[in-house]
Amino acid sequence: MISDEQIELLLNDVLELYGYDFTNYTKASIKRRINRILAVDRFPSFAELRYRLRNDKTYLNRFVEAISVNVTEMFRDPQFFRILKEKVLPHLATYPYIRIWHAGCSTGEEVYSMAILLKEANLLHKSLLYATDINQEVLEKARQGVFSLSNMKQYSENYILSGGIKAFSDYYITTNGHVKFNEELRRKIIFAMHNLVSDRSFNEFQLILCRNVLIYFDKHLQDRAIGLFDESLETLGYLALGAKETLRFAPIEKNYKQIDGKEKIWRKMK
Amino acid sequence: MAQDEIKKVFVIGGSSGSFDVLLYLLARLQPLDAAAIVIVLHRKSGYDTALIEVFSYRTGITVKEVDEKEPMLPGFIYVAPANYHLLIEKDYTFSLDVSERINYSRPSIDVCFETAAEAFGQKLFGILLSGSNIDGTHGLETIRQFGGTTIVQNPQTAESPFMPQQAINNGAADYVLEPEGIARFINGE
Repeated sequence: MISDEQIELLLNDVLELYGYDFTNYTKASIKRRINRILAVDRFPSFAELRYRLRNDKTYLNRFVEAISVNVTEMFRDPQFFRILKEKVLPHLATYPYIRIWHAGCSTGEEVYSMAILLKEANLLHKSLLYATDINQEVLEKARQGVFSLSNMKQYSENYILSGGIKAFSDYYITTNGHVKFNEELRRKIIFAMHNLVSDRSFNEFQLILCRNVLIYFDKHLQDRAIGLFDESLETLGYLALGAKETLRFAPIEKNYKQIDGKEKIWRKMK
Repeated sequence: MAQDEIKKVFVIGGSSGSFDVLLYLLARLQPLDAAAIVIVLHRKSGYDTALIEVFSYRTGITVKEVDEKEPMLPGFIYVAPANYHLLIEKDYTFSLDVSERINYSRPSIDVCFETAAEAFGQKLFGILLSGSNIDGTHGLETIRQFGGTTIVQNPQTAESPFMPQQAINNGAADYVLEPEGIARFINGE
């Protein structure tokens, strides 16, 4: 097992050499990730991981991918999507043009779910979805819109629980154990690199989703990211967080109102 | 700071067949004073806040589901939320993680026990209950490695003996106790 000092060394290397700042990520979680990298990529010692990372630029993408958690699913927490559909989309529908940001989109399951939701509300044609992540590898996967067929049973169940009205399989074609989502959905999504730790606001949105990303940030970094969302959100726009994340204790909380007792969706009131 | 007053932490891991044991233990607990309890229970994902209510009904001690970044305080029983791994930081705060399932489980008992072991060292007592999974054994080993104490439910009293038996077979148990003995142990009787 590696020590806290070794982790600090490694994260400082990554920051100094490549500009990725993981130093304000929660410690226990990042330690688990780095231990996992040591095991999965079969490094005999910490020193060898550090050497590889310092001297092989191509390994960086792998490291960033492995250190970030990329576990996601379509229509995850179906009730959340139901509330989006029932309480948020009717307001978004009043805009001539809808801009949505998925911050930390990972491999894209959520943004494709959103595109389906918009399609069924007849809003997709006037929507643009920005899906960003720090990790080039996952963005490339997301851009392909290709997912494993074995997950579709569960995604289809989630879709129905969220209030989906069609056959889920209408949205993709199946080939060789994989499914590819319809081009119509993908055309409305822009995939781009963006780092919540160091990059700035790049547009104004009516809805921002950032679910299960802030749990990996310390308090300082959480406040930074929430500030960034606040800057990027129009007045009366919506901010959606993960099931166990909250705006409570954030400096901007007073300007926001939670729209549902259970789901973590806030509206920016001023 | 109130966190510094924590003298003992009991982390309890349970899988199938452990629910009734937990109810039994909760009903017998004395006030915790300078101790805190953390419960990691394998269960179906979802918003089952009902679990907290059921637990609360059994004990006068405050039972709460963990919020992320929440500081651990003495006198409380904390429950890991469904579908997240629960980690304990060295500053005695909780963090949550939705990474891959470990031993087919999220929350995983190993993940919580291992991080708690590093955070609390000798102050930590790991308790592993009934289950039909290998989760928990590695966590108990880590607890011992960092100077903590481990207790395993006697498999003969467990509805699913596999999980506690697995821990015993691997030499990860300091004590093997039936539920009554576990309650006494926590109460310091």
